[in-house]
Amino acid sequence: MAIDMSQFYQVFFEEAAEHLASMEALLLAIDPGAPDPEDVNALFRAAHSIKGSSGTFGFQDMMEVTHILETMLDRVRKGEAPLTDEMVDASLVAGDVLKNLLAAHRGEDEADRAAAEAICHRLEGLCRALDGPRKTEPHASVVVPLPNPQPEAPLSPAGFDLLFALTGDVGGERDVLADLLAELGRIGTVDVLEAPTSGDRHCHLRIVTDANADVLMGVLDFVADAASLRIEPLVTAEGGEEEAYGFFDDLPEGRAGAGEWRSSDDAYGFFEPLSSSVADKVTTEEAYGFFDEQEVADLLARQQVAEPYGFFTELPAPEVEAPAQLTQETAYGLFEPLPAVVEVALPAPVEVQVTEEAPTAAAAAPAARKSSARTAGVGDSGSIRVSVEKVDQMINLVGELVITQAMLTQAAVNVDPVICERLINGLAQLERNTRDLQESVMSIRMMPISVVFSRFPRVVRDLSHKLGKQVELKTIGESTEMDKSLVERITDPLTHLVRNSLDHGLETPEKRRAAGKSETGTITLSAYHQSGNIVIEVGDDGAGLNRARILAKARERGMSVSDSMSDQDVWQLIMEPGFSTADQVTEVSGRGVGMDVVKKNISAMGGRIELDSMAGIGTRITVRLPLTLAILDGMSVGVGPETYIIPLSYVMESMQPERGMMKSVSGVERLIQVRGEYLPVVCLHEVFRIPGAITDWSKGIMVVLEADGQSAALFIDQLIGQHQVVIKSLEANYRRVQGIAGATIMGDGRVALILDVPMLVGMARRVMPAAA
Amino acid sequence: MLQAAQTTAKQEPEDPGVVQELLTFTLGAEEYAIDILKVQEIRGYDAVTTIANAPSFIKGVINLRGTIVPIVDLRIKFSVGVAEYTPFTVVIILNIAGRVVGMVVDAVSDVIALKPEQIRPAPDFASSVDTAYIMGLGALGERMLIVVDIERLMLSSEMALVDDAAA
Repeated sequence: MAIDMSQFYQVFFEEAAEHLASMEALLLAIDPGAPDPEDVNALFRAAHSIKGSSGTFGFQDMMEVTHILETMLDRVRKGEAPLTDEMVDASLVAGDVLKNLLAAHRGEDEADRAAAEAICHRLEGLCRALDGPRKTEPHASVVVPLPNPQPEAPLSPAGFDLLFALTGDVGGERDVLADLLAELGRIGTVDVLEAPTSGDRHCHLRIVTDANADVLMGVLDFVADAASLRIEPLVTAEGGEEEAYGFFDDLPEGRAGAGEWRSSDDAYGFFEPLSSSVADKVTTEEAYGFFDEQEVADLLARQQVAEPYGFFTELPAPEVEAPAQLTQETAYGLFEPLPAVVEVALPAPVEVQVTEEAPTAAAAAPAARKSSARTAGVGDSGSIRVSVEKVDQMINLVGELVITQAMLTQAAVNVDPVICERLINGLAQLERNTRDLQESVMSIRMMPISVVFSRFPRVVRDLSHKLGKQVELKTIGESTEMDKSLVERITDPLTHLVRNSLDHGLETPEKRRAAGKSETGTITLSAYHQSGNIVIEVGDDGAGLNRARILAKARERGMSVSDSMSDQDVWQLIMEPGFSTADQVTEVSGRGVGMDVVKKNISAMGGRIELDSMAGIGTRITVRLPLTLAILDGMSVGVGPETYIIPLSYVMESMQPERGMMKSVSGVERLIQVRGEYLPVVCLHEVFRIPGAITDWSKGIMVVLEADGQSAALFIDQLIGQHQVVIKSLEANYRRVQGIAGATIMGDGRVALILDVPMLVGMARRVMPAAA
Repeated sequence: MLQAAQTTAKQEPEDPGVVQELLTFTLGAEEYAIDILKVQEIRGYDAVTTIANAPSFIKGVINLRGTIVPIVDLRIKFSVGVAEYTPFTVVIILNIAGRVVGMVVDAVSDVIALKPEQIRPAPDFASSVDTAYIMGLGALGERMLIVVDIERLMLSSEMALVDDAAA
């Protein structure tokens, strides 16, 4: 190719990664016994798109693998072979190999050629095995009496009109066009009806080919502007058949669509025995035209619903007459093999069908539309890719705006509300608008947790195979949104928790049967919002934690434990470094490195982890995280002239100490008695050497803080208020300061420092012996 | 002085690249000069938020349009002049190696261009500022400019502005 393709590589990488991800999701969801034809088609399309584009970009290795994969899926898609577990496994492995190859092309990984070859052989073997027993058209006898709306021989070389605009960022259109023509020339015979000029990028080609629209789409994807791209089948080839059903004249893709609909929608069990070989063929060979025009799919969906039941009112007015007739015929035609039954039973079952099927059809229509969107364009036309920096910059600017607005509001406090009524009204409106703006800008960074959850079906599948356990994974609340940076950081800890549940939590099928449980264990992943936090739960219905064993293990390791410890405290032990009760170290887990790391990672995100367990019933691990890392609930406190922010999550209580509460150790008052407990006292003004602070215990405030399971009381002058503060980095332009976690900007534009509570609490422990 | 700069430029029009543009400012009675390309902006002195346990010459941090910027008082660091803060006190905001730092000076004078031969090497002498950070002494008529390698100074561990690991 004459043009430099490397500029499009990034697009290809992203697309291929998306296709691979959707392939994996589909493979995991598919039921080999009764695959949904729509899913099989989607799988095929994904494989096909990867093949097409990797071929275009010269990634030969990826093309080879996808080619074989596609061949196999094509068989399944056409109904020539049943889908087997073996195929699903092989396809999953192929997906992994492709991911590896993709990473290699990106320069992130080493390509594993051996694995690629192995999977090629495996897939080829599967394909060869299919060559043996080929299915013959089983329903031929049923087809005969049908008033068949499909052309008998639709596969003679058909053609397409290609209308598109070349993409703007391609320099030297002529070259691109020449390359494109060469590419298309391999597929069929091309006529240039309208060539692009320097002013007008629009191009009109006519191609005579037996390839389907998807192939053409694959070729055109990278040179044509997705929005302008139209692939229209040449109507002439099919004219004769259509005349009988004038209705379809307006809808060149109509027949393909009808076929697709029928074969793809299981819910229409009604149609199933009648699905003809012709319809099948049409579905598989021509279905693609259908996806190009969303309206057609839409209309057809409605028409299909209408056809057997006579909901003609929903059809656009001019077409009512024709389909009415057609439907009558079709409806009877459908039942023709069983006329006796039809006469008698028609009214009643149809009634039932209507109520049952209508919602299904309604649900299926958007699904069809969705897949059409996926096929038709580069990515999802409803979203744009934006770099995170741009979003962060926007969030910063909006943060500035909020501060400016707060400053204005503060300045307007002294203004006479009678004289400056308009100003004050305007400020109130500004406040509302800025809040709304801030909220919507913050929501840009929010991502549904399904991004994380979606990887677990695979993890569970692979692991359960390896461990010989039967596991069902349930996910709840996948649309719960959380900050993107949290999504990225929660993935590893969650994966660890799920693996733990699978390995330690769930029992083997034999044990489960013996315990009177169903052999299939369940792992439940759920996410929801609760009081400004996001809560993620990993639950299993396994054996539960073994209290006695944990305690025994703890004693063995020389930890101070007692039998009277509360369950909660016992469960916390398993998060100690190096703690493992697994009898043997396996590949999956048992090394005792894990729960402590999980706990550390989660606390680093400002979150907490809790364990609940009941012997024989199961275990539930609850992770609580703040909604975002950028904003923090803080309590502002004053010490001398300074204002500091204490993250609210660490604050247990605050009180004004009385003389009697202070206890001294070796002459220095360093302990405070709070509800029978002695807590070390940290004086903020001493730690930070702040002049002019209150030193009399009874005049200041004690804030009881808890961090890392340790408590301490922080002595300050006064409590000021509670705010949501935007965290700013102090280290960006300065160095790390002991006892300070970050900075924020207050409503008046001044900087306030955020205290590093774990450090301060730790400081209390360290300073203590020195003072004593 | 501006004339002086222009005449030097006229004498060697064929090689203007070597002429260095410097921003001059005063600390007490002394005149200092720094590379103007390191200067981001000049603003008045505002209320700062003090940082605990910081050296005395680090006044604290300010909010510069959403960025937290540390402020250094060079008068205290160099022990010259009186560290008082009036409405005329000036902060030069520097952009050094991607970091934004503000420094308090008594006044900003002007921008001058110096040729290399106008900058004499500084003799080793004992002062509150390490001579390693003085690039040279600029002679401009009667005036002596102390040309400071501001980047090196600000990133030095002596200034305690950056973590040791980063310095």
